[in-house]
Amino acid sequence: MEKVLFKYVEEPQQYLIDNYIKNGGYQALPKVLKDFTPDELIEEVKKSGVRGRGGAGFPAGLKWSFVPKTDVKPKYLCCNADESEPGTCKDRVLMECDPHMVIEGCIIAAFAIQAHHAFIYIRGEFAYPAFRMEEAVNEAYGKGYLGKNILGSGFDLDMIVHTGGGAYICGEETALLSSLEGDRGMSRIRPPFPAIEGLYSCPTVVNNVETLASIPHIINRGVDWYRTYGTEKSAGSKIFSLSGNVNRPGNYEVELGTPLSYVINELGGGIQTGHKLKAIIPGGSSTPLLMPDQIDTPLDYEAVAEAGSMLGSGAIIVIDERACMVWVAMKLINFYQHESCGKCTPCREGTLWLKRLINRIEHGEGKKGDIELILDICENIMGRTICPLGDAAVMPTESIIKHFRDEFEYHIEHKKCKVKTDYAFE
Amino acid sequence: MILNDATIKEITTRMERYPSRKSAILPALTYAYRQVGHLDAPVYKELSKIIDIPYVEIAEAASFYTMFPKKEVGRYLIQVCHNISCSLRGADNMLIYMQEKLGIKMGETTPDNLFTLISVECLGGCSAAPMMQVNQTFYEDLTREKIDKILADLSAEAEKDGK
Repeated sequence: MEKVLFKYVEEPQQYLIDNYIKNGGYQALPKVLKDFTPDELIEEVKKSGVRGRGGAGFPAGLKWSFVPKTDVKPKYLCCNADESEPGTCKDRVLMECDPHMVIEGCIIAAFAIQAHHAFIYIRGEFAYPAFRMEEAVNEAYGKGYLGKNILGSGFDLDMIVHTGGGAYICGEETALLSSLEGDRGMSRIRPPFPAIEGLYSCPTVVNNVETLASIPHIINRGVDWYRTYGTEKSAGSKIFSLSGNVNRPGNYEVELGTPLSYVINELGGGIQTGHKLKAIIPGGSSTPLLMPDQIDTPLDYEAVAEAGSMLGSGAIIVIDERACMVWVAMKLINFYQHESCGKCTPCREGTLWLKRLINRIEHGEGKKGDIELILDICENIMGRTICPLGDAAVMPTESIIKHFRDEFEYHIEHKKCKVKTDYAFE
Repeated sequence: MILNDATIKEITTRMERYPSRKSAILPALTYAYRQVGHLDAPVYKELSKIIDIPYVEIAEAASFYTMFPKKEVGRYLIQVCHNISCSLRGADNMLIYMQEKLGIKMGETTPDNLFTLISVECLGGCSAAPMMQVNQTFYEDLTREKIDKILADLSAEAEKDGK
Protein backbone atom coordinates (compact mmCIF):
# COMPACT_ATOMS: atom_id res chain seq x y z
CA MET A 1 0.00 0.00 0.00
CA GLU A 2 0.87 3.63 -0.37
CA LYS A 3 2.33 4.97 2.87
CA VAL A 4 0.08 7.40 4.67
CA LEU A 5 1.63 8.22 8.06
CA PHE A 6 5.14 7.32 6.97
CA LYS A 7 5.01 8.89 3.50
CA TYR A 8 7.65 11.50 4.37
CA VAL A 9 9.36 9.72 7.22
CA GLU A 10 12.62 9.47 5.28
CA GLU A 11 12.63 13.17 4.28
CA PRO A 12 15.46 14.74 6.24
CA GLN A 13 13.66 17.92 7.35
CA GLN A 14 9.98 17.08 7.16
CA TYR A 15 9.77 18.35 10.74
CA LEU A 16 10.06 21.95 9.52
CA ILE A 17 6.70 23.62 8.94
CA ASP A 18 7.57 24.84 5.43
CA ASN A 19 8.40 21.31 4.30
CA TYR A 20 5.26 19.93 5.91
CA ILE A 21 3.19 22.53 4.05
CA LYS A 22 5.06 21.90 0.79
CA ASN A 23 4.16 18.22 1.12
CA GLY A 24 0.46 18.90 1.54
CA GLY A 25 0.32 19.68 5.26
CA TYR A 26 -2.06 22.11 6.97
CA GLN A 27 -4.64 21.67 4.23
CA ALA A 28 -7.05 19.66 6.33
CA LEU A 29 -7.26 22.28 9.09
CA PRO A 30 -8.58 25.19 6.95
CA LYS A 31 -11.02 22.77 5.33
CA VAL A 32 -12.32 21.70 8.74
CA LEU A 33 -12.64 25.25 10.03
CA LYS A 34 -14.45 26.38 6.88
CA ASP A 35 -16.62 23.41 5.90
CA PHE A 36 -17.41 21.49 9.07
CA THR A 37 -19.33 22.09 12.25
CA PRO A 38 -17.92 20.18 15.23
CA ASP A 39 -20.80 17.69 14.96
CA GLU A 40 -20.22 17.08 11.27
CA LEU A 41 -16.55 16.55 11.94
CA ILE A 42 -17.25 14.00 14.65
CA GLU A 43 -19.64 12.20 12.27
CA GLU A 44 -16.98 12.14 9.57
CA VAL A 45 -14.37 10.64 11.90
CA LYS A 46 -16.92 8.11 13.16
CA LYS A 47 -17.64 7.06 9.57
CA SER A 48 -13.94 6.65 8.84
CA GLY A 49 -13.82 3.85 11.39
CA VAL A 50 -10.44 4.98 12.78
CA ARG A 51 -9.79 3.30 16.12
CA GLY A 52 -7.45 4.23 18.95
CA ARG A 53 -3.90 3.26 18.08
CA GLY A 54 -2.57 3.33 21.62
CA GLY A 55 -3.73 -0.16 22.46
CA ALA A 56 -7.41 -0.29 23.28
CA GLY A 57 -8.67 0.21 19.72
CA PHE A 58 -11.66 2.28 20.81
CA PRO A 59 -13.37 4.15 17.92
CA ALA A 60 -11.98 7.69 17.97
CA GLY A 61 -15.07 9.46 16.65
CA LEU A 62 -17.26 7.77 19.23
CA LYS A 63 -14.89 8.87 22.01
CA TRP A 64 -15.16 12.46 20.82
CA SER A 65 -18.95 12.24 20.72
CA PHE A 66 -19.10 11.48 24.46
CA VAL A 67 -18.02 15.02 25.32
CA PRO A 68 -21.18 16.79 26.47
CA LYS A 69 -21.99 19.69 24.19
CA THR A 70 -24.09 21.59 26.66
CA ASP A 71 -21.52 21.50 29.46
CA VAL A 72 -20.29 25.02 30.16
CA LYS A 73 -17.03 23.80 31.68
CA PRO A 74 -13.85 24.11 29.61
CA LYS A 75 -12.95 21.06 27.51
CA TYR A 76 -9.49 19.64 27.09
CA LEU A 77 -7.66 17.54 24.53
CA CYS A 78 -4.69 15.40 25.55
CA CYS A 79 -2.43 13.76 23.03
CA ASN A 80 -1.08 10.61 24.65
CA ALA A 81 2.59 10.43 23.71
CA ASP A 82 3.65 8.49 26.79
CA GLU A 83 4.65 5.56 24.57
CA SER A 84 5.95 3.06 27.14
CA GLU A 85 4.51 -0.37 26.37
CA PRO A 86 7.63 -2.51 25.89
CA GLY A 87 8.16 -3.14 22.19
CA THR A 88 6.42 0.07 21.12
CA CYS A 89 8.49 2.81 19.48
CA LYS A 90 6.28 4.22 16.71
CA ASP A 91 4.89 7.48 18.13
CA ARG A 92 8.40 8.62 18.75
CA VAL A 93 9.16 8.38 15.02
CA LEU A 94 6.06 10.41 14.13
CA MET A 95 7.00 13.12 16.63
CA GLU A 96 10.62 13.24 15.52
CA CYS A 97 10.03 13.10 11.78
CA ASP A 98 6.60 14.57 11.15
CA PRO A 99 5.52 16.55 14.24
CA HIS A 100 3.21 18.90 12.35
CA MET A 101 1.06 15.97 11.23
CA VAL A 102 0.47 15.22 14.92
CA ILE A 103 -0.17 18.88 15.71
CA GLU A 104 -2.60 19.32 12.83
CA GLY A 105 -4.48 16.23 14.05
CA CYS A 106 -4.58 17.70 17.56
CA ILE A 107 -5.96 21.03 16.37
CA ILE A 108 -8.70 19.29 14.38
CA ALA A 109 -9.60 17.06 17.34
CA ALA A 110 -9.66 20.06 19.66
CA PHE A 111 -12.04 21.82 17.26
CA ALA A 112 -14.30 18.76 17.22
CA ILE A 113 -14.72 18.79 20.99
CA GLN A 114 -14.40 22.59 21.23
CA ALA A 115 -11.36 22.49 23.47
CA HIS A 116 -9.24 25.60 23.81
CA HIS A 117 -6.38 23.88 25.55
CA ALA A 118 -4.48 20.90 24.16
CA PHE A 119 -1.72 19.06 25.96
CA ILE A 120 0.82 16.75 24.40
CA TYR A 121 1.96 14.43 27.19
CA ILE A 122 5.32 12.96 26.16
CA ARG A 123 7.21 10.42 28.25
CA GLY A 124 10.09 12.12 30.03
CA GLU A 125 12.82 10.05 28.47
CA PHE A 126 11.85 11.29 24.99
CA ALA A 127 13.86 14.50 25.26
CA TYR A 128 14.53 14.72 21.54
CA PRO A 129 10.96 14.02 20.35
CA ALA A 130 9.73 16.54 22.94
CA PHE A 131 12.21 19.09 21.62
CA ARG A 132 10.99 18.50 18.05
CA MET A 133 7.36 18.84 19.14
CA GLU A 134 8.07 22.01 21.10
CA GLU A 135 9.82 23.59 18.11
CA ALA A 136 6.98 22.55 15.83
CA VAL A 137 4.35 23.98 18.19
CA ASN A 138 6.23 27.28 18.19
CA GLU A 139 6.33 27.27 14.39
CA ALA A 140 2.60 26.57 14.28
CA TYR A 141 1.93 29.56 16.56
CA GLY A 142 4.11 31.67 14.24
CA LYS A 143 2.00 30.79 11.21
CA GLY A 144 -1.33 31.29 12.95
CA TYR A 145 -2.32 27.62 13.20
CA LEU A 146 -2.34 27.92 16.97
CA GLY A 147 -3.29 30.76 19.28
CA LYS A 148 -6.18 33.19 19.04
CA ASN A 149 -8.61 33.21 16.10
CA ILE A 150 -6.94 30.43 14.11
CA LEU A 151 -6.94 31.28 10.38
CA GLY A 152 -9.64 33.87 10.99
CA SER A 153 -12.14 31.24 12.13
CA GLY A 154 -12.74 32.60 15.59
CA PHE A 155 -11.48 29.32 17.09
CA ASP A 156 -8.75 29.66 19.77
CA LEU A 157 -6.35 26.94 20.83
CA ASP A 158 -3.39 26.94 23.17
CA MET A 159 -1.07 23.92 22.93
CA ILE A 160 1.37 22.81 25.62
CA VAL A 161 4.06 20.17 25.29
CA HIS A 162 4.29 18.46 28.69
CA THR A 163 6.91 15.86 29.56
CA GLY A 164 6.51 13.05 32.08
CA GLY A 165 8.84 11.54 34.62
CA GLY A 166 9.36 7.96 33.54
CA ALA A 167 6.22 6.09 34.57
CA TYR A 168 4.59 3.52 32.30
CA ILE A 169 1.29 3.92 34.10
CA CYS A 170 0.95 7.49 32.81
CA GLY A 171 0.09 6.05 29.40
CA GLU A 172 -3.18 4.89 30.96
CA GLU A 173 -5.54 7.79 30.33
CA THR A 174 -6.74 8.51 33.85
CA ALA A 175 -3.21 8.22 35.27
CA LEU A 176 -2.04 10.57 32.55
CA LEU A 177 -4.59 13.11 33.75
CA SER A 178 -3.51 12.74 37.39
CA SER A 179 0.07 13.25 36.31
CA LEU A 180 -0.82 16.28 34.21
CA GLU A 181 -2.56 17.81 37.22
CA GLY A 182 0.71 17.56 39.16
CA ASP A 183 -0.20 14.54 41.26
CA ARG A 184 1.36 11.09 41.39
CA GLY A 185 0.45 9.33 38.17
CA MET A 186 -2.19 7.02 39.59
CA SER A 187 -5.25 5.81 37.73
CA ARG A 188 -8.78 6.76 38.72
CA ILE A 189 -11.99 4.79 38.86
CA ARG A 190 -14.16 5.05 35.77
CA PRO A 191 -16.95 6.14 35.53
CA PRO A 192 -16.90 9.05 35.41
CA PHE A 193 -15.02 8.68 32.13
CA PRO A 194 -12.62 11.44 31.14
CA ALA A 195 -15.04 12.60 28.43
CA ILE A 196 -17.38 13.65 31.25
CA GLU A 197 -14.93 14.39 34.06
CA GLY A 198 -11.29 14.37 33.05
CA LEU A 199 -8.55 16.94 33.41
CA TYR A 200 -9.33 19.43 36.24
CA SER A 201 -12.71 17.63 36.48
CA CYS A 202 -13.65 18.92 33.03
CA PRO A 203 -14.63 16.97 29.88
CA THR A 204 -11.44 15.63 28.30
CA VAL A 205 -10.49 13.48 25.35
CA VAL A 206 -7.25 11.50 25.41
CA ASN A 207 -6.06 10.19 22.03
CA ASN A 208 -2.89 8.44 20.99
CA VAL A 209 -0.33 10.19 18.74
CA GLU A 210 -0.88 7.84 15.81
CA THR A 211 -4.67 8.17 16.02
CA LEU A 212 -4.44 11.96 15.87
CA ALA A 213 -1.87 11.83 13.06
CA SER A 214 -4.37 9.88 10.94
CA ILE A 215 -7.03 12.60 11.19
CA PRO A 216 -5.63 15.14 8.66
CA HIS A 217 -5.41 12.35 6.05
CA ILE A 218 -9.01 11.32 6.62
CA ILE A 219 -10.13 14.92 6.14
CA ASN A 220 -7.95 15.54 3.10
CA ARG A 221 -8.75 12.41 1.19
CA GLY A 222 -12.11 11.42 2.53
CA VAL A 223 -13.69 8.62 4.44
CA ASP A 224 -14.14 6.40 1.38
CA TRP A 225 -10.47 6.56 0.55
CA TYR A 226 -9.51 5.79 4.16
CA ARG A 227 -11.77 2.78 4.26
CA THR A 228 -10.15 1.27 1.17
CA TYR A 229 -7.39 0.30 3.60
CA GLY A 230 -7.86 -2.31 6.25
CA THR A 231 -10.94 -4.39 6.96
CA GLU A 232 -14.58 -3.56 7.60
CA LYS A 233 -14.10 -3.27 11.36
CA SER A 234 -10.42 -2.32 11.41
CA ALA A 235 -10.08 0.51 8.93
CA GLY A 236 -6.93 2.24 7.73
CA SER A 237 -3.24 1.73 8.12
CA LYS A 238 -1.22 1.10 11.26
CA ILE A 239 2.40 1.37 12.22
CA PHE A 240 3.87 -1.83 13.63
CA SER A 241 7.04 -1.72 15.73
CA LEU A 242 8.94 -4.89 14.97
CA SER A 243 11.59 -5.89 17.50
CA GLY A 244 13.43 -8.92 18.85
CA ASN A 245 14.89 -11.73 16.80
CA VAL A 246 14.31 -10.63 13.22
CA ASN A 247 16.88 -9.60 10.64
CA ARG A 248 15.49 -6.09 10.09
CA PRO A 249 13.73 -4.71 13.17
CA GLY A 250 11.98 -1.40 12.55
CA ASN A 251 8.73 0.52 12.34
CA TYR A 252 6.60 -0.51 9.39
CA GLU A 253 3.31 0.95 8.20
CA VAL A 254 0.92 -1.54 6.63
CA GLU A 255 -2.82 -1.67 6.20
CA LEU A 256 -4.73 -3.42 8.95
CA GLY A 257 -5.44 -7.03 8.07
CA THR A 258 -1.95 -7.61 6.65
CA PRO A 259 -0.71 -11.07 7.64
CA LEU A 260 1.75 -11.12 10.54
CA SER A 261 4.01 -13.33 8.41
CA TYR A 262 4.33 -10.54 5.82
CA VAL A 263 5.58 -8.10 8.47
CA ILE A 264 8.00 -10.59 10.00
CA ASN A 265 9.29 -12.26 6.84
CA GLU A 266 9.02 -9.70 4.04
CA LEU A 267 9.50 -6.42 5.90
CA GLY A 268 11.54 -7.74 8.81
CA GLY A 269 13.69 -10.05 6.69
CA GLY A 270 12.63 -13.16 8.61
CA ILE A 271 13.88 -14.66 11.85
CA GLN A 272 17.52 -13.85 12.63
CA THR A 273 19.59 -15.95 10.26
CA GLY A 274 20.27 -19.44 11.52
CA HIS A 275 17.52 -19.40 14.14
CA LYS A 276 14.02 -20.73 14.56
CA LEU A 277 10.84 -18.93 15.60
CA LYS A 278 9.64 -19.84 19.08
CA ALA A 279 6.86 -17.38 19.91
CA ILE A 280 5.52 -13.95 19.00
CA ILE A 281 4.15 -11.20 21.23
CA PRO A 282 1.90 -9.42 18.73
CA GLY A 283 0.70 -6.21 20.37
CA GLY A 284 3.13 -5.05 23.04
CA SER A 285 4.43 -6.84 26.10
CA SER A 286 1.04 -7.12 27.79
CA THR A 287 -0.55 -9.24 25.05
CA PRO A 288 -0.69 -13.06 25.08
CA LEU A 289 1.66 -15.05 22.85
CA LEU A 290 0.98 -16.24 19.35
CA MET A 291 2.70 -19.49 18.38
CA PRO A 292 4.65 -20.20 15.15
CA ASP A 293 1.67 -21.94 13.53
CA GLN A 294 -0.31 -18.69 13.94
CA ILE A 295 2.14 -16.62 11.91
CA ASP A 296 -0.37 -16.00 9.14
CA THR A 297 -2.83 -14.29 11.50
CA PRO A 298 -4.11 -11.07 9.87
CA LEU A 299 -3.09 -8.01 11.84
CA ASP A 300 -6.45 -6.47 12.61
CA TYR A 301 -8.23 -6.08 15.92
CA GLU A 302 -10.72 -8.92 15.33
CA ALA A 303 -8.39 -11.52 13.83
CA VAL A 304 -5.72 -11.15 16.51
CA ALA A 305 -8.41 -11.39 19.20
CA GLU A 306 -9.74 -14.53 17.56
CA ALA A 307 -6.24 -15.97 17.61
CA GLY A 308 -6.26 -15.50 21.38
CA SER A 309 -4.28 -12.30 21.73
CA MET A 310 -4.62 -8.56 21.13
CA LEU A 311 -3.45 -6.13 18.48
CA GLY A 312 -2.69 -3.66 21.28
CA SER A 313 -0.21 -0.96 20.32
CA GLY A 314 1.07 -2.97 17.36
CA ALA A 315 4.41 -3.83 18.92
CA ILE A 316 5.47 -7.19 17.53
CA ILE A 317 8.18 -8.84 19.61
CA VAL A 318 9.68 -11.89 17.94
CA ILE A 319 11.29 -14.55 20.13
CA ASP A 320 13.52 -17.27 18.71
CA GLU A 321 14.60 -20.63 20.12
CA ARG A 322 17.53 -19.19 22.07
CA ALA A 323 15.20 -17.80 24.77
CA CYS A 324 14.22 -19.63 27.94
CA MET A 325 10.56 -18.75 28.36
CA VAL A 326 10.89 -18.53 32.15
CA TRP A 327 13.47 -15.83 31.50
CA VAL A 328 11.03 -14.05 29.15
CA ALA A 329 8.29 -14.23 31.80
CA MET A 330 10.75 -12.87 34.36
CA LYS A 331 11.72 -9.89 32.19
CA LEU A 332 8.05 -9.03 31.72
CA ILE A 333 6.90 -9.44 35.32
CA ASN A 334 9.87 -7.45 36.63
CA PHE A 335 8.67 -4.63 34.41
CA TYR A 336 5.04 -4.74 35.53
CA GLN A 337 5.97 -4.97 39.19
CA HIS A 338 8.23 -1.93 38.80
CA GLU A 339 5.51 0.05 37.02
CA SER A 340 2.53 -0.82 39.22
CA CYS A 341 1.43 2.52 40.67
CA GLY A 342 0.50 0.86 43.97
CA LYS A 343 -3.06 2.10 44.19
CA CYS A 344 -4.88 -1.27 43.94
CA THR A 345 -3.85 -4.04 46.31
CA PRO A 346 -4.24 -6.97 43.86
CA CYS A 347 -1.85 -5.32 41.41
CA ARG A 348 0.60 -3.86 43.93
CA GLU A 349 0.94 -7.05 46.00
CA GLY A 350 0.14 -9.51 43.24
CA THR A 351 2.79 -8.34 40.81
CA LEU A 352 5.35 -8.43 43.63
CA TRP A 353 4.45 -12.04 44.47
CA LEU A 354 4.56 -13.00 40.81
CA LYS A 355 7.94 -11.35 40.47
CA ARG A 356 9.35 -13.21 43.46
CA LEU A 357 7.97 -16.56 42.31
CA ILE A 358 9.08 -16.27 38.70
CA ASN A 359 12.50 -14.95 39.68
CA ARG A 360 13.05 -17.80 42.10
CA ILE A 361 12.12 -20.35 39.44
CA GLU A 362 14.45 -18.70 36.94
CA HIS A 363 17.26 -18.69 39.53
CA GLY A 364 16.88 -22.41 40.26
CA GLU A 365 15.09 -22.00 43.57
CA GLY A 366 11.58 -22.86 42.43
CA LYS A 367 9.44 -25.17 44.55
CA LYS A 368 6.85 -27.72 43.65
CA GLY A 369 3.47 -25.98 43.48
CA ASP A 370 4.93 -22.64 42.36
CA ILE A 371 3.26 -22.83 38.96
CA GLU A 372 -0.15 -23.40 40.53
CA LEU A 373 0.51 -20.57 42.97
CA ILE A 374 1.41 -18.23 40.09
CA LEU A 375 -1.79 -19.09 38.26
CA ASP A 376 -3.81 -18.61 41.43
CA ILE A 377 -2.33 -15.14 41.98
CA CYS A 378 -3.00 -14.30 38.33
CA GLU A 379 -6.63 -15.19 38.81
CA ASN A 380 -6.79 -12.91 41.83
CA ILE A 381 -5.39 -9.93 39.92
CA MET A 382 -7.26 -10.26 36.62
CA GLY A 383 -10.19 -7.89 36.39
CA ARG A 384 -9.84 -6.77 40.01
CA THR A 385 -8.00 -3.51 39.51
CA ILE A 386 -8.97 0.03 38.56
CA CYS A 387 -6.82 0.17 35.44
CA PRO A 388 -5.60 -2.52 33.04
CA LEU A 389 -2.02 -2.67 34.41
CA GLY A 390 -2.88 -5.64 36.58
CA ASP A 391 -4.40 -7.47 33.62
CA ALA A 392 -1.37 -6.49 31.53
CA ALA A 393 0.89 -8.30 33.99
CA VAL A 394 -1.32 -11.38 34.08
CA MET A 395 -2.01 -11.91 30.38
CA PRO A 396 1.56 -12.62 29.21
CA THR A 397 2.35 -14.59 32.39
CA GLU A 398 -0.62 -16.93 31.97
CA SER A 399 -0.01 -17.26 28.25
CA ILE A 400 3.68 -18.16 28.65
CA ILE A 401 2.80 -20.81 31.24
CA LYS A 402 0.03 -22.16 29.03
CA HIS A 403 2.32 -22.66 26.06
CA PHE A 404 5.61 -23.45 27.80
CA ARG A 405 4.63 -25.09 31.08
CA ASP A 406 7.24 -27.79 30.44
CA GLU A 407 10.02 -25.19 30.70
CA PHE A 408 8.72 -24.04 34.08
CA GLU A 409 8.43 -27.64 35.30
CA TYR A 410 11.92 -28.48 34.07
CA HIS A 411 13.28 -25.38 35.82
CA ILE A 412 11.71 -26.36 39.14
CA GLU A 413 12.78 -30.00 38.91
CA HIS A 414 16.33 -29.55 37.57
CA LYS A 415 17.08 -26.11 39.10
CA LYS A 416 18.19 -24.81 35.71
CA CYS A 417 16.94 -23.79 32.27
CA LYS A 418 15.71 -26.34 29.80
CA VAL A 419 16.93 -23.88 27.18
CA LYS A 420 19.79 -21.70 28.38
CA THR A 421 19.10 -18.15 27.21
CA ASP A 422 21.96 -17.13 24.99
CA TYR A 423 21.98 -13.79 23.24
CA ALA A 424 25.49 -12.64 22.48
CA PHE A 425 26.56 -9.01 22.54
CA GLU A 426 29.23 -8.32 19.99
CA MET B 1 19.98 28.95 46.29
CA ILE B 2 20.54 25.82 44.27
CA LEU B 3 18.39 26.69 41.28
CA ASN B 4 19.81 29.37 39.03
CA ASP B 5 17.95 32.27 37.42
CA ALA B 6 17.60 30.50 34.08
CA THR B 7 15.91 27.49 35.66
CA ILE B 8 13.61 29.66 37.77
CA LYS B 9 12.65 31.65 34.67
CA GLU B 10 11.85 28.44 32.77
CA ILE B 11 9.63 27.26 35.60
CA THR B 12 7.74 30.51 36.10
CA THR B 13 7.20 31.02 32.37
CA ARG B 14 5.75 27.56 32.08
CA MET B 15 3.63 27.88 35.22
CA GLU B 16 1.67 30.75 33.70
CA ARG B 17 0.57 28.63 30.76
CA TYR B 18 -1.33 26.01 32.75
CA PRO B 19 -4.91 26.43 33.92
CA SER B 20 -3.66 25.18 37.31
CA ARG B 21 -0.35 26.07 38.95
CA LYS B 22 0.04 22.55 40.30
CA SER B 23 0.41 21.19 36.77
CA ALA B 24 3.80 22.88 36.63
CA ILE B 25 5.24 20.46 39.22
CA LEU B 26 6.43 17.84 36.74
CA PRO B 27 7.96 20.34 34.28
CA ALA B 28 9.57 22.10 37.27
CA LEU B 29 11.08 18.83 38.47
CA THR B 30 12.39 18.25 34.95
CA TYR B 31 14.03 21.67 34.70
CA ALA B 32 15.53 21.32 38.17
CA TYR B 33 16.84 17.84 37.39
CA ARG B 34 18.44 19.05 34.17
CA GLN B 35 20.27 21.78 36.02
CA VAL B 36 21.22 19.96 39.21
CA GLY B 37 21.58 16.37 37.95
CA HIS B 38 19.41 14.89 40.69
CA LEU B 39 16.50 15.82 42.96
CA ASP B 40 16.34 15.95 46.76
CA ALA B 41 14.75 17.79 49.68
CA PRO B 42 16.62 21.10 49.31
CA VAL B 43 15.53 21.26 45.66
CA TYR B 44 11.90 20.49 46.61
CA LYS B 45 12.01 23.30 49.16
CA GLU B 46 13.04 25.81 46.53
CA LEU B 47 10.46 24.53 44.06
CA SER B 48 7.81 24.77 46.73
CA LYS B 49 8.56 28.49 47.09
CA ILE B 50 8.71 29.12 43.34
CA ILE B 51 5.45 27.37 42.49
CA ASP B 52 3.85 28.34 45.80
CA ILE B 53 2.70 24.83 46.59
CA PRO B 54 3.33 22.93 49.85
CA TYR B 55 6.64 21.10 50.03
CA VAL B 56 4.91 17.78 50.65
CA GLU B 57 3.08 17.94 47.33
CA ILE B 58 6.33 18.45 45.45
CA ALA B 59 8.07 15.62 47.32
CA GLU B 60 5.05 13.38 46.90
CA ALA B 61 5.03 13.81 43.13
CA ALA B 62 8.82 13.58 42.80
CA SER B 63 9.00 10.31 44.72
CA PHE B 64 6.66 8.70 42.20
CA TYR B 65 8.75 9.38 39.11
CA THR B 66 11.74 7.09 38.77
CA MET B 67 13.35 9.00 35.93
CA PHE B 68 14.83 11.54 38.32
CA PRO B 69 17.74 10.23 40.44
CA LYS B 70 17.16 11.09 44.09
CA LYS B 71 20.82 11.28 45.00
CA GLU B 72 23.94 12.55 43.34
CA VAL B 73 25.11 10.66 40.25
CA GLY B 74 28.13 10.97 38.01
CA ARG B 75 28.46 13.55 35.26
CA TYR B 76 27.02 11.01 32.83
CA LEU B 77 24.10 8.88 33.96
CA ILE B 78 24.09 5.76 31.80
CA GLN B 79 20.72 4.00 31.71
CA VAL B 80 20.75 0.70 29.89
CA CYS B 81 17.43 -0.82 28.85
CA HIS B 82 17.03 -4.35 30.26
CA ASN B 83 13.50 -4.98 29.02
CA ILE B 84 12.47 -7.78 26.66
CA SER B 85 13.22 -6.35 23.20
CA CYS B 86 16.72 -5.23 24.20
CA SER B 87 17.34 -8.48 26.11
CA LEU B 88 16.53 -10.50 22.98
CA ARG B 89 19.34 -8.55 21.29
CA GLY B 90 21.96 -9.15 23.99
CA ALA B 91 21.29 -6.50 26.65
CA ASP B 92 22.21 -8.87 29.51
CA ASN B 93 25.64 -9.44 28.03
CA MET B 94 25.97 -5.79 27.15
CA LEU B 95 25.46 -4.92 30.82
CA ILE B 96 28.21 -7.36 31.78
CA TYR B 97 30.49 -5.78 29.18
CA MET B 98 29.77 -2.27 30.44
CA GLN B 99 30.46 -3.20 34.06
CA GLU B 100 33.80 -4.67 33.04
CA LYS B 101 34.62 -1.73 30.82
CA LEU B 102 33.81 0.88 33.49
CA GLY B 103 35.15 -1.23 36.34
CA ILE B 104 31.99 -0.71 38.41
CA LYS B 105 28.91 -2.70 39.35
CA MET B 106 25.34 -1.77 38.57
CA GLY B 107 24.24 1.31 40.48
CA GLU B 108 27.80 2.47 41.13
CA THR B 109 29.71 5.54 40.00
CA THR B 110 33.27 5.52 38.66
CA PRO B 111 35.85 6.94 41.12
CA ASP B 112 36.45 9.95 38.84
CA ASN B 113 32.73 10.72 39.21
CA LEU B 114 32.22 10.60 35.45
CA PHE B 115 29.89 7.64 34.92
CA THR B 116 26.99 6.16 36.88
CA LEU B 117 25.66 2.89 35.48
CA ILE B 118 22.11 1.69 36.01
CA SER B 119 19.68 -0.49 34.10
CA VAL B 120 16.11 0.64 33.47
CA GLU B 121 12.83 -0.46 31.96
CA CYS B 122 11.86 0.04 28.32
CA LEU B 123 12.92 3.40 26.89
CA GLY B 124 11.09 3.11 23.58
CA GLY B 125 14.03 2.23 21.36
CA CYS B 126 12.87 -1.37 20.84
CA SER B 127 13.50 -1.72 17.14
CA ALA B 128 17.03 -0.34 17.52
CA ALA B 129 18.03 -2.66 20.37
CA PRO B 130 20.13 -2.90 22.40
CA MET B 131 20.07 0.71 23.45
CA MET B 132 20.88 3.07 26.29
CA GLN B 133 20.32 6.64 27.37
CA VAL B 134 23.16 8.85 28.57
CA ASN B 135 21.74 11.97 30.26
CA GLN B 136 19.25 13.17 27.62
CA THR B 137 20.66 11.31 24.61
CA PHE B 138 19.63 7.93 23.19
CA TYR B 139 22.27 5.61 21.74
CA GLU B 140 20.88 2.73 19.72
CA ASP B 141 21.84 -0.42 17.79
CA LEU B 142 24.76 -0.74 20.18
CA THR B 143 27.83 -2.92 19.69
CA ARG B 144 31.00 -3.28 21.76
CA GLU B 145 32.77 -1.04 19.29
CA LYS B 146 30.09 1.66 19.53
CA ILE B 147 30.12 1.61 23.32
CA ASP B 148 33.91 1.95 23.39
CA LYS B 149 33.65 5.01 21.18
CA ILE B 150 30.75 6.60 23.07
CA LEU B 151 32.56 6.25 26.42
CA ALA B 152 35.82 7.56 24.95
CA ASP B 153 34.04 10.56 23.42
CA LEU B 154 32.27 11.38 26.69
CA SER B 155 35.53 11.12 28.65
CA ALA B 156 37.19 13.43 26.13
CA GLU B 157 34.32 15.90 26.40
CA ALA B 158 34.61 15.95 30.19
CA GLU B 159 38.36 16.43 30.00
CA LYS B 160 37.93 19.32 27.62
CA ASP B 161 35.64 20.98 30.14
CA GLY B 162 38.33 20.42 32.76
CA LYS B 163 36.28 18.04 34.90
